[in-house]
Amino acid sequence: MKDGNMTPFSSWRFRPNLLKHAWLLCGVLVLSACNEERNSFLDPAGPIAAAQRTHMFEVIAWTMIAIVPVFVFVPLILWRYRFRNAKARYTPDWEFSGWLDMVMWGVPFVIIIILSSMLWKSTHALDPYKPIASTEAPVNVQVVGLDWKWLFIYPDLGIATVNELVIPVNASVAMDITTDTVMQSILISSLAGQIYAMPGMRTKLHVLADETGTFVGENTQYNGDGFVDQNFQTISMSTEDFAVWVTTVKASGVTLDATTYGRLAVGSTGAQAHETLGSSQMPEGVIYFNQVEPSLFETVLGRYNEGTDIPPAQQPGAVGYVPPSAQGANQ
Amino acid sequence: MNPDDTIHWLIGRLGVSSLPILPAIENPTASELVGAGAASVAIFGAIGAVIFITWLGAWKTLWFDWLTSTDHKRIGIMYIVLALVMLARGVIEGVVMRTQQAFGLDGGFLAPDHFGELFTTHGTIMIFFVAMPLIAGIANYVMPLQIGARDMSFPVMNQISLGLTATGAALIMISLVIAQFSTGSWAAYPPYTGLDFQPGPGPDYWIWTIILAGIGTTMSGINFAVTIYKERAPGMTLFRMPLFTWTMLCTSIIMIFALPPLTVAALMQAADRYLDFHFFTNDLGGNMMNYVNLFWLFGHPEVYLLVIPAYGVFSETIATFSGKRLFGYNSLVFATMAIAVLSFSVWLHHFFTMGQSANVNIAFGIASMCIAVPTGVKIYDWMATMYRGRIRMSVPMIYAIGFFYLFTVGGLTGVMLANPTISYQVHNTLFLVAHFHNVIIPGVVFGLMSGYFYWFPKAFGFRLHEGWGRAIALFWIFGFSFTFFPLYVLGFMGMPRRSVSYTNPAFEPWMMVALFGAGLIFAALVSLFIQLRVSIRDRENLAVPVGDPWNGRTLEWSTSSPPPHYNFAVPPTVEDRDDFADAKAKGRAYQEPDAYEDIEVPENTPIGMIICVFGTLLGFALVFYIWWLALVSAVVIVVAIIARTFNLSTTRTIPAAEVAEEHRAWLAQVRATKAVTREAETKSTNHGLAGLETAPSDGEPA
Repeated sequence: MKDGNMTPFSSWRFRPNLLKHAWLLCGVLVLSACNEERNSFLDPAGPIAAAQRTHMFEVIAWTMIAIVPVFVFVPLILWRYRFRNAKARYTPDWEFSGWLDMVMWGVPFVIIIILSSMLWKSTHALDPYKPIASTEAPVNVQVVGLDWKWLFIYPDLGIATVNELVIPVNASVAMDITTDTVMQSILISSLAGQIYAMPGMRTKLHVLADETGTFVGENTQYNGDGFVDQNFQTISMSTEDFAVWVTTVKASGVTLDATTYGRLAVGSTGAQAHETLGSSQMPEGVIYFNQVEPSLFETVLGRYNEGTDIPPAQQPGAVGYVPPSAQGANQ
Repeated sequence: MNPDDTIHWLIGRLGVSSLPILPAIENPTASELVGAGAASVAIFGAIGAVIFITWLGAWKTLWFDWLTSTDHKRIGIMYIVLALVMLARGVIEGVVMRTQQAFGLDGGFLAPDHFGELFTTHGTIMIFFVAMPLIAGIANYVMPLQIGARDMSFPVMNQISLGLTATGAALIMISLVIAQFSTGSWAAYPPYTGLDFQPGPGPDYWIWTIILAGIGTTMSGINFAVTIYKERAPGMTLFRMPLFTWTMLCTSIIMIFALPPLTVAALMQAADRYLDFHFFTNDLGGNMMNYVNLFWLFGHPEVYLLVIPAYGVFSETIATFSGKRLFGYNSLVFATMAIAVLSFSVWLHHFFTMGQSANVNIAFGIASMCIAVPTGVKIYDWMATMYRGRIRMSVPMIYAIGFFYLFTVGGLTGVMLANPTISYQVHNTLFLVAHFHNVIIPGVVFGLMSGYFYWFPKAFGFRLHEGWGRAIALFWIFGFSFTFFPLYVLGFMGMPRRSVSYTNPAFEPWMMVALFGAGLIFAALVSLFIQLRVSIRDRENLAVPVGDPWNGRTLEWSTSSPPPHYNFAVPPTVEDRDDFADAKAKGRAYQEPDAYEDIEVPENTPIGMIICVFGTLLGFALVFYIWWLALVSAVVIVVAIIARTFNLSTTRTIPAAEVAEEHRAWLAQVRATKAVTREAETKSTNHGLAGLETAPSDGEPA
C-alpha cells in the first residue's frame, strides 16, 4: 500500500449487483459518447481512474442507506396522513422520541464513519503525488500551461510537443506542472483526476494507461476566450511505437528556444499556434519540438520567484504581452 | 491643462466606447445584439419604473413611507422587491446561457467574452442580490414578529444595510449599460482578474459591488444577532424561539464571521489593481492561493448562510401544514448550530486539486462529510413532523416534497464531492455546476419561495393565488430537474464548466433537455409575476385581515395583517414554544389587555438613501477612475453619518389612546369574523381567523 500499488482496493471491492447497475450507467454514457476519444473516468483506461470510479460507486451505495428511507417514506407518510384521511392517527403534540432520535443521529453517523475510513484510504492510495507501480520504465513529462494550449516537455528525451501527450502503455508518467500565464487545471479523465497549474509553482500528477488508445485531456479552469479550445490528445501506445514516435518528433520537430517559446506563449489556440510554428509534417493543431532548452521548465517556474517585477510586456497571457523577438525589434 | 486632460480629469476612463449599444450598431452580430438588448431592457426598465411611479403619483409615498422608513417590515419588503427584480435578470441570464450551450456545438451565437460576462454576473447576482436579499428581506419581516419585538435593535443601521445592498445591485445593473463586467466568474480568481490580464473596468465592477454589498451584509448579521439576543418578548427563552428565528441566529453568526474574509479579499484585489500591491499577482511574491483560501473561507459558510434560513422556513411550514408540533425541536436546533460551526471547517474542499498533501485533503474531506449527519437529522425530523399529522397539500408542502426528493440527491452528490478522489475527477466540470444548483435551487430557492408564499398574507393582508402558487412550485421542481440532471451526465462525460461551446456531438441531446428545463424555470419566473398581479386584482376575495390564514403556531400570526407599525399593541408574554397555537387552544388569544401604553418607534431618516446614492456614485467613480467624484461621494457619506449623530430626536411616540383605538378596532373585526376550519383554508371565506380543529380523529385514533 505504501509503495503505491492499488491492492488495498481489492479488499473492499464491490457487491456484484451494485456493480451491475454501475456498469449499466457506464454503458449508457459510453454509447452516447459515440466518438473515439475517451473522456470519462466511468470508462477508465488506467488504474487510478478505475479506482476512482469504484470508490464513487461505493460512496453512492453506502449513502443510499440514508437516502432510500427518505424516498420511500415521504410518499407513504404523505398518503397515510393526508388531510382527508380521517382514519389515520393524529397526534398534534407528539414532539419527541428517544429511540427515533438515536436512530436519526446514529445511522448517518455510522455511515459517515465508514465513508470517512474509505476516504482516508482512497485519498492516500490515489494521491496524485505518488508514483504508480508499473512494469515499464517511468516517463517524466514537464507540463506548462499557456493561453490556450499545453506544452509538454520530455526532459529526458530532449523533445517537446504542444497539445499532444504521447505516453507508453503501462508506464508511470510523472508530470511536473506549472503555467506561464493564469491558473489552469489539467484533467485527463480516463486516466486520473485533475490538478491545478499555477504560475511560479510546481504541482505534480502521476498517470498510467493500462491500455492503448486516445483520451481527451483538457483545461477545466476558465482562462479566457480560447478556453474551450485548450484540449489535447493523450495517446497511449506500446513501448516500441513510443520509440518510433520519439524518432518522428526528433526528425520533424523545430527548435524550442527562448524566441520560439515567446511566440508560442502569445494567446492563441493550438490550431493557431500550429499555423505560425508548426509544419505540415506535424498533426493538425499539434507542434513538435526537437531541440529543447533543458532548463526551460525551471526557467518558467523560477522567473516568478526572483522577486523582480514582471511588466505586462513580459507576462504571457497579459493584454500587453510582447513576444521576445518583437521586443528585440522594437529596441 | 489641455482639453484632453480636462476630459480625462472629468470622466476618467469612461468613453463613448463604453456603451455596448454602439458596437451593436457597428457590428450587429447576435452576441452584440443580445448585449445591446440587455442594456436597453435595463434603460427602458428604469425609465418605465419612473413613468409608472409618476403616473401613480406615488413619489411622495415612496419617499416618506418607504425609502426613508426605518420600519423593519418595510425594509424587509424592499429587500424582497430588490431580490425579485434581480431574480428576473439572473434567470434570464441562465436561460441565455442554456440556449447558447444548446446550440453551442462548434459555435453558437454568443462571443466567448460575452458568455464569460454572463456566467460571472449570473453567479454574482444569484448569490449576492437574489438569495441574500431574499433571506434578509424575509428575516427582516418575520424574525422580529416571531420573537415579539417592536423593531430591530438598530433600525437605522438596518436601513443602511439595505442601502448598501442596493448599491451593489445598482452597480451590477449599470455594468449592463456602461462597459463590461468581469469575465472572471463570481469567485474572481486572480491572477486572471488582475490588472495584467483584465485591465478593463470589469473586475473593478465586481470588486466594488462585493465590497459595498458585503459591508451591508455584515451589518445585517450584527443587527439580526443583537435583535435576537436582546429584543425577545418576556417569556421567549432561547429554547422557545421558533425554528426560523434559530436559523436566522445561526445565519447571522455566519454573516458576521464569513463576510469579512470576502470583503478583505476583495479589498486586497483592489489594492493589487489600484495601488500596485502584490498580494495575488504572479510576480513580486504575490500568491493567488491566498486569495483562493480567503474566498472559500467566506464561500463555504456562505452556502450554509443561504440554506440554513431555508431549513428554518421548512421547519415552520411543515409543522403548520401538518397541523402538528415540530418533531425534535432540540435536535433541529443542535443540528443547525452544528452545521453553522462545521461550515467554517470545510472550505478547502473547493480546491482539493490545488496540490496540498493527502492528509490535508483527508481532514477537510472528512469534515465536509460530517455536515451530512446534522443535515440528514433535519430531513428525518421533518418527516417525523409529518408523521401522524393531518397534512394539507398547500403550496409550501409542494415545495417541501420537491425539497425532500431533490435536495437529498444534492446531498448525495455533495457527499461524493467531499471525497478528494472523486473531486479530482468531477471538479470544475458540469457535475459541479449540477451539484451546487441541486442544493441551492431545491434548498434555498424552494425554501425562500415557500416562505414568500407563506408570509405574504402577513405582510399585505391578502393571500397569494393558490392555483398559480402550485403552478410556480411545479414549474420550479420540474424546471430544476430537467435543467440540472442532464448536467450531471455531461459532467461525467468530461465537459468543463464555463464552456461557451463544445465539439463533442454527444453533448448536444443533453443540452437540449437542459434548455427545455430552463424554459420551465423561465415559466416559473413569469408565473411568479402573474401570480402577484392576479392576487392584487383579487385581493378582496383573498383578504385575511385578522392575520392567521394558516392556523399558524408562532407569534407573527397573533397580530393583524398587515401588522401595525409597532407590531404588537402590548408586548406578548410567551408561555409555550408554539405560543400562538397554545394561546388559541387555551383561549389566551385575541384578548384585550388591561392597559395600553405609549409606544416609541424609530423616526424616518434619509441616511440610508444618501449612502445608497453616494455609495453607488463612489463605486462608479472608482471603477472609472473619476477621482474627484470618488472623493466628493466619500466625503458626503462621511459627513452625512457624522451629521446624523447630531440628530437627537430619533424616535417618535405613538400615544396609548391611538394604540388602544387601533387594537380595539382590530379585536372587533376578529369578533365579527367567522372562523374557518382547515377545509376552507384556500377559500374566500378564510379571513384569517382559524377555528379550533374538531376533526373526528382529533387526538384519538378513530
